[in-house]
Amino acid sequence: MPSPQPIESTKVSDLSSAGRSAAHFFRESGEIGDQVFKFAMLLCGLAVLGTLVLIVYELVLRSGPSWHAFGFKFFAARDWDPVNEKFGALPFVYGTLVSSLLALIIAVPLSIGVAVFTTEMCPPALRGPLSFFVELLAAIPSVVYGLWAIFVLVPLLSNYVQPFLSRSLGWTGFFTGPPYGISMLAAGIILAIMIVPIISSITREVLMVVPQHQREAALALGATRWEMIRVGVLRNARAGIMGGVILGLGRALGETMAVTMVIGNRPEIAKSLFAPGYTMASVLANEFSEATGDLNLAALIEIGLALFLVTIVVNALARLLVWTVTRGQPSRANA
Amino acid sequence: MPETKKSAQSEVVPPISLRRRFTDHFMTGVAVLTVVLVLVPLFAIFAYLVYRGVGSINWAFLTQTPKPVGEAGGGMANAIVGSAFILALASILGVPLGVGAGIYLAEYGRNRLGDVIRFTADVLNGVPSIVIGIVAYSIVVLYQKHFSALAGGVALAIMMIPTITRTTEEMLLLVPQALREAAYGLGIPRWRTTLSITLRTATSGVLTGIMLAFARVAGETAPLLFTAFGNQFWNLRVDQPTAALPLQIFNYAISPYDEWHRQAWAGALVLIVLIVTAVAAVRLAVRRGTFGAA
Repeated sequence: MPSPQPIESTKVSDLSSAGRSAAHFFRESGEIGDQVFKFAMLLCGLAVLGTLVLIVYELVLRSGPSWHAFGFKFFAARDWDPVNEKFGALPFVYGTLVSSLLALIIAVPLSIGVAVFTTEMCPPALRGPLSFFVELLAAIPSVVYGLWAIFVLVPLLSNYVQPFLSRSLGWTGFFTGPPYGISMLAAGIILAIMIVPIISSITREVLMVVPQHQREAALALGATRWEMIRVGVLRNARAGIMGGVILGLGRALGETMAVTMVIGNRPEIAKSLFAPGYTMASVLANEFSEATGDLNLAALIEIGLALFLVTIVVNALARLLVWTVTRGQPSRANA
Repeated sequence: MPETKKSAQSEVVPPISLRRRFTDHFMTGVAVLTVVLVLVPLFAIFAYLVYRGVGSINWAFLTQTPKPVGEAGGGMANAIVGSAFILALASILGVPLGVGAGIYLAEYGRNRLGDVIRFTADVLNGVPSIVIGIVAYSIVVLYQKHFSALAGGVALAIMMIPTITRTTEEMLLLVPQALREAAYGLGIPRWRTTLSITLRTATSGVLTGIMLAFARVAGETAPLLFTAFGNQFWNLRVDQPTAALPLQIFNYAISPYDEWHRQAWAGALVLIVLIVTAVAAVRLAVRRGTFGAA
């Protein structure tokens, strides 16, 4: 009869020793494992940081020759002549700025209208599909926009829009010259279509964090719906909307393919929007792989560096503005 | 009695004037108009894409390489496969790094370094794709001395990382702290908890981020122009120039040949179907996602 006891006790001791060794094992492997794992994840995080540093380093390093040859005059000179190694980026800077501003002029009212409609006016059932469609615009690749612009937008412009504009607004000087379709105007319009989704989605997000009592207060004072939107909603969301607009600008400045396909790619500065132009991004797209010498390549990379710096400043400004409005609120307010 | 009540009310709330009521309706009309103006290009693009694309897609398009200029027929099979190849390279490089950085930010990143990395990821997200192409050119192409699939993969990976990092972080932070504590309570080490409990719980969200990043770079052309460069033939070698669907669409679109225009439309349709499928799948997954209730 005494036999079961030892067996049982050995069982218990086995179990507890197994448990102890398991705990021991976990603690041991845990300590080493934790260190290794944390280190590995840290490396991944540092890789993100390293990528940005690498981008800056490569751009600065490889644009050096151009910087030494031309200095600040690089951005003030107008001639772009790879054969004689004379490079000036002014036409590209001008083209980038004009096409982006044109895009903003067209896209901002549209985007704010869409955002106001989806958050304040439309029946709730329509809200989901509508924002889905606008998001879908953002999913279309740039090259497909360009393809559509070449075969649909450009003929439309040259056959109908440009003749009409030059007849009615030709006296301003912005709408003169032969209506080829391929033009600064075409680039601005296609850019506008491409930046509407980003501006309107940020605006929508900002409008949704405007406190409900602002709306109720305006309505209680007898405001109509539009007055409520103007006084109670849009005024409160100004800074955030501005942030969305600037984010759209950042996108427009760096946009390459669609613009390259319709802007005409001629490094000239013309007042008329019907004239062809050239942007910083499109000159990179067209000439980078065919650059004829070190100086040519360096000049192109310097344009890339300038583009990089401008978009960083623009994006940082935009994030700051959006952040001042949505601060303290959940970033994804889904209504 | 009713008389006086009415007059009192009209004193407090004057009737809305005709002008104000007109403005209200007018602005509603303007808002509807903007929606229409935004949706028209969307539908126009899709309609035209389907109209031109469907007629041009055929078996040859999906199975053959491009024919020389002037010959009808041929297809973009090498570009479709090339795109998949470059995207696979980009994912191999970008997904582990992005997810790892996301894990660092969520689990260890409540400090100064974390803030710096977070900000860096946001900055990277805004860098124009053509500039990333330049960098991939100077860190890969210049050393290999020729254009290659690898350079294209590196460029696209750099573009994928920030999106993946930020969504992974967001998704991991949604996992309740109690779940981690329960795992610690069972004696499971922290790294094991992160991988088998936290990351596992957030899988669908993290996958969403990866798919979004994938969809975003799948249609990118600019960073491939002087990295993958394009190729008229089959290539599955990492160190050789490789065709990609967006590149082929671009080259064909700006060419003067009708036959190539036709194929550009077909290629664009194939590309967009792939991307829209991915985005729609993501939306479905999010709606049905594990975090609806959490």
